[in-house]
Amino acid sequence: MFKRIEEDRRKPVEITVEGQRVTAREGDTVAAALLASGLDVRRRTAVSGAPRLPYCMMGVCFDCLVTIDGVGNRQGCLVPVREGMKIEIQKGRREIGR
Amino acid sequence: MTPARDEYDVAVIGAGPAGLAAAALTAKAGLSTLLLDENQGPGGQVWRAITTTPVQDKTLLGKDYWAGKELVEDLRKSGAEILQGATVWSLDRNLEIGISVGGGACLIKAKRVIIATGALERPFPIPGWTLPGVMTAGAAQTVLKSSGLLPEGRTVIAGQGPLLWLLSAQILRMGGKIDLVLDTTDKRNYRRALPHAAAFITSPYFLKGLAMMREVRRKTRVVSGVTSLVASGEGHVESLSFEAKGKKTTVPVDVLLLHQGVVPNVNLAMSAGVKHHWDDIQLCWAPELDGKAETSVPGVHIAGDGAGIGGALAAVARGRVVARAAIDALKPDAGASLPSAADLKTAVAKAEKGRLFLDLLFRPTKQFRIPSDDTIVCRCEEVTAQDIRDSVAVGATGPNQLKAYRRAGMGPCQGRLCGLTVTELMAEARSKTPEEIGYYRLRAPVKPIMLSELARLPKTDEATKAVVR
Repeated sequence: MFKRIEEDRRKPVEITVEGQRVTAREGDTVAAALLASGLDVRRRTAVSGAPRLPYCMMGVCFDCLVTIDGVGNRQGCLVPVREGMKIEIQKGRREIGR
Repeated sequence: MTPARDEYDVAVIGAGPAGLAAAALTAKAGLSTLLLDENQGPGGQVWRAITTTPVQDKTLLGKDYWAGKELVEDLRKSGAEILQGATVWSLDRNLEIGISVGGGACLIKAKRVIIATGALERPFPIPGWTLPGVMTAGAAQTVLKSSGLLPEGRTVIAGQGPLLWLLSAQILRMGGKIDLVLDTTDKRNYRRALPHAAAFITSPYFLKGLAMMREVRRKTRVVSGVTSLVASGEGHVESLSFEAKGKKTTVPVDVLLLHQGVVPNVNLAMSAGVKHHWDDIQLCWAPELDGKAETSVPGVHIAGDGAGIGGALAAVARGRVVARAAIDALKPDAGASLPSAADLKTAVAKAEKGRLFLDLLFRPTKQFRIPSDDTIVCRCEEVTAQDIRDSVAVGATGPNQLKAYRRAGMGPCQGRLCGLTVTELMAEARSKTPEEIGYYRLRAPVKPIMLSELARLPKTDEATKAVVR
């Protein structure tokens, strides 16, 4: 959905998304890195299972909710990427024990 | 990182234009000042990522963006303590602030609190606005500034207001592609706004705005007078149908960016008990403020767009007025070397010049504020306009009762994306004014925090005894 400009000189940061390696850049938020990854990063809502992608990117809509290093329902648009971060896409209702 | 102290003279919440200006001034006057901000770096939305943006060619984001750098440098020299990545989840009448930062929570107190949480984009509830690939123009601008991302694929920008044109110009300047700009400005608004044009023409926004609109029209197709928008697709937005001058058109689309102005972000202020009223021109809730921008909660001030939409320049000026009020209250001697309160107020009036013209011109039309049928209103709980009308038909009187009927506003966004729509929709359905219908009763925590964070908060013996039997 988004492509990076060529003159981006920021340092690469490696993260994994559903086990796949993705190269983000220092200063990216998790949500921005996901949108730029080219992967299918659609979350499924807890209410109806409808697919969603981030809507506001400024911390108010909660459509970027994502599991980061095992912690669910984090706002991906507010959390900066860090080397080795493990991202999981949320699929519908939360499972017991997670 | 946690706050260095438990108590401050001044706590400023939000590091956008208003917060930066306010915190720099109070710190320079020698007041212990804590600036709290949810993002990774200062700047708010207007100057998003100003210290880290990969878009280094200054002509691309424009002069108004880079103007923020001076305020950030000013703040850094001021001695204020700056805490980034800090989410404020509560504020109460005792001026105690709940903060979540670095995975832990803490409480601090301040003698004065300046809320500078700014604005968010007005809900734009058209059919299909929850589809992946539909996002706000502000969202596209945020990733453009902070990560240098450009929309890819067939891109349509729809709506109205200054940001629509600014974003279009920025994307096109950076070599991005926009297939179509759909302008939803109501033609009748031109006549309503015209009597107030004189003030706008002499404001700094006029020539800039005209130049930007010309730049966009030269580079891409613009359709004005758009009266309906319907996005559709299976699992992702695929097409957009729109109507202009009675003619219906459907275009394929991969990225749809929506925008119809911004409104105050009221959640923190309302949860603290700050009285708000319905602003019938800006069509949103605005806090009741005295001459020093102090709210109905003593010691709590609001600066910037959270006090009513005024734009970045007005936010800076308002931030300084509020800072001056805090200095006068806490350390009157320090005020002697600062600009006078009267001069600061003159600066606000100057920055607000022409605002009424913009408000009237870009007042969004009813069909884009009050949706019909099965258009989703509450994105979190997936409640439609029809669900809400049905609830009214069986007795729901206002937004708070509606929660019990349909859970509208009870999802993680806490009404930020549906609140205004719900108020206006219920007002229309019940033939009442928005003021009579009211708003969701907001309570802390205004942002979700983990139970473990709450559990680890320091407790007094009294607090423990109060719940242990």
